[in-house]
Amino acid sequence: MTHPRLAAEFTTADALQAAVDALAREHYRELETYAPFDMPELDAKLGRRRSRLGWVVVAGGLAGLIIAYGIQWWANVHSYPLYVGGRPAHAVPAFVPATFEGMILAASLTAFFGVLIVLRLPKLWIPEDEIDGFSRASVDRFWVTANHFASDLDRDRAAELMRSAGARRVIVAED
Amino acid sequence: MTTISAPRSDPGSNGSRAHAQLERYPIMRELPDDGTLTTQLLAPLWTSHPAWKWLFMASGALSLWFLFAMGVTFARGIGAWGNNIPVAWAYAITDFVWWIGIGHAGTFISAFLLLLHQRWRASINRLAEAMTLFALVNASLFPILHLGRPWFFYWLVPYPATMGVWPNFKSSLPWDVAAISTYFTVSLLFWYLGLVPDLAAARDRAPGRTRRRVYGVFALGWHGSGTEWRHYRVAYTLLAGLATPLVVSVHSIVSLDFAIAQLPGWHSTIFPPYFVVGAIYSGFAMVLMLVLPVRHVFRLHNVITRRHLDHIALLLLVTGSLLAYSYLCEAFGAWYSGDLFERYTMLTARTRGPYAVFFWIMTAVNVLTPQLFWWTRLRTNVVVLFVVGVMIWIGMWLERFVIIVASLNRDFLPSSWHLYAPTWVDWSLLAGSIGLFSFLFLAFLRWVPFVPVSEVKREQREIAFESAYVDRDGAMPEVTR
Repeated sequence: MTHPRLAAEFTTADALQAAVDALAREHYRELETYAPFDMPELDAKLGRRRSRLGWVVVAGGLAGLIIAYGIQWWANVHSYPLYVGGRPAHAVPAFVPATFEGMILAASLTAFFGVLIVLRLPKLWIPEDEIDGFSRASVDRFWVTANHFASDLDRDRAAELMRSAGARRVIVAED
Repeated sequence: MTTISAPRSDPGSNGSRAHAQLERYPIMRELPDDGTLTTQLLAPLWTSHPAWKWLFMASGALSLWFLFAMGVTFARGIGAWGNNIPVAWAYAITDFVWWIGIGHAGTFISAFLLLLHQRWRASINRLAEAMTLFALVNASLFPILHLGRPWFFYWLVPYPATMGVWPNFKSSLPWDVAAISTYFTVSLLFWYLGLVPDLAAARDRAPGRTRRRVYGVFALGWHGSGTEWRHYRVAYTLLAGLATPLVVSVHSIVSLDFAIAQLPGWHSTIFPPYFVVGAIYSGFAMVLMLVLPVRHVFRLHNVITRRHLDHIALLLLVTGSLLAYSYLCEAFGAWYSGDLFERYTMLTARTRGPYAVFFWIMTAVNVLTPQLFWWTRLRTNVVVLFVVGVMIWIGMWLERFVIIVASLNRDFLPSSWHLYAPTWVDWSLLAGSIGLFSFLFLAFLRWVPFVPVSEVKREQREIAFESAYVDRDGAMPEVTR
């Protein structure tokens, strides 16, 4: 399959929202939306949960904290203790700045690469790319696509809902 | 074309005239539809401004001069500079603290203001973040040049050397390395993640195959699907949340370079907050210096309105006043300590010593000029803003010069006092770093979408939604932030 089974193009965000509302009301939830900007208002309607990336970032930050402190402890306490002016080798306050920076660095790298991994970016191609004019989804067009329908009747009903929500065009893939 | 006006409210009921005046300056004006807006904001990528080429070449030449001065420093050592004993830090560290301070406003605008839901940040945050990155490139060069043997700079990183010698983490130098490298990396990731949706728009709007491919590579195959936005939103906010304490920590750590030394004029607990405030202050001054010409040349008056200028000016007023308070506390602390050397440095050497003229210029510029911004009319006057921006930009360089040179040149032992004068290499490095900054910034203006297209569209939708709400109920929503 090189094409989503059903795709509808809208010219405004409001129309997209209306279409998603109408589709969700009739329990079509396996939809994907495309918009040039973030529309968090669609998430609740489609039953999308909040991303759990945050927990991964917490883990990354903690790892960074431990590694950064560990390196300093290893270097200045274990491997090569340097005694100057009677100061302790294990100088906790002096290790705080680099530990903090290590934590932030690791957490940020986790957030950045985490989102790329979760979204499988970089992505060379998606089926929607085959639709003529789909590239305007990053500029000024809004799209809804769906692939899973119980029957052709079911799909036609979804197409009808999209049209009545003000779709500029609805594309139904022939099987 | 739809016109989005500011929410109507009765100026009488709000009391102040200033508020009524600001009501005329909404966050965005006369916003076109999404397609036209994208065309407008991406236009600078496809066509070059006639003056761009000349400016780019001039700044490129200055960058080459920077490279030459670095070469001289490498070949002849620090002796090529005016540094001496006791003034061992001088220009290099002044330039370092100055540039890294400038970098702070970018993160402040993009991260702090994002977390605080300050909407006006949307149209200027990309520009300010780019300023941060390029300022950090300069900032990181100066301590390395100052090392004496710069080619051994990697000794500062805890790498597993065969000799088993490690950096001493009880020194502030490895703290600086950790802070600056983290700050640069996080700023770059945050900036790039914010760019991805706009790079996708550039890919899909690019004329010609080559440009489509280049932007396509950098856009990472972004399509703007609901799933993508759901994770992206969280990652972006998290990076903002991480950058916020980071930006405070970076200049605090830089200030510890001074505060943990025992030199009068440096050895003070007020340094971390004092430096952070000064950093954000100088950065906002530079944001003004960059935003005003960009807004004029690219006719961005619809997305960078007087509201933005007013808010930057207000932040200059706030941080400038905090800085004035820090100056006062610093002097008071020295006097109240009763310490002979502290009192001499802060109250006599600075105000009447050999560098007193710079001290007084710095105090006048940094303390008095932002006070102009109590007047709304001056806060929105483009000429006043630009001139004040340049003055503060220079004033903050002088502040670091005074802190470093005026403290070092007269320390505890009068017999070791020595005056400092920069050489042509010092001047070349300072001018060259400004050249490199301009070079990188001009490249950014030419090839990167410098106003966040996607975020502006989002803001536009929210404002339209709230305006409709006002029309219906006559209530005043929070669009004025």
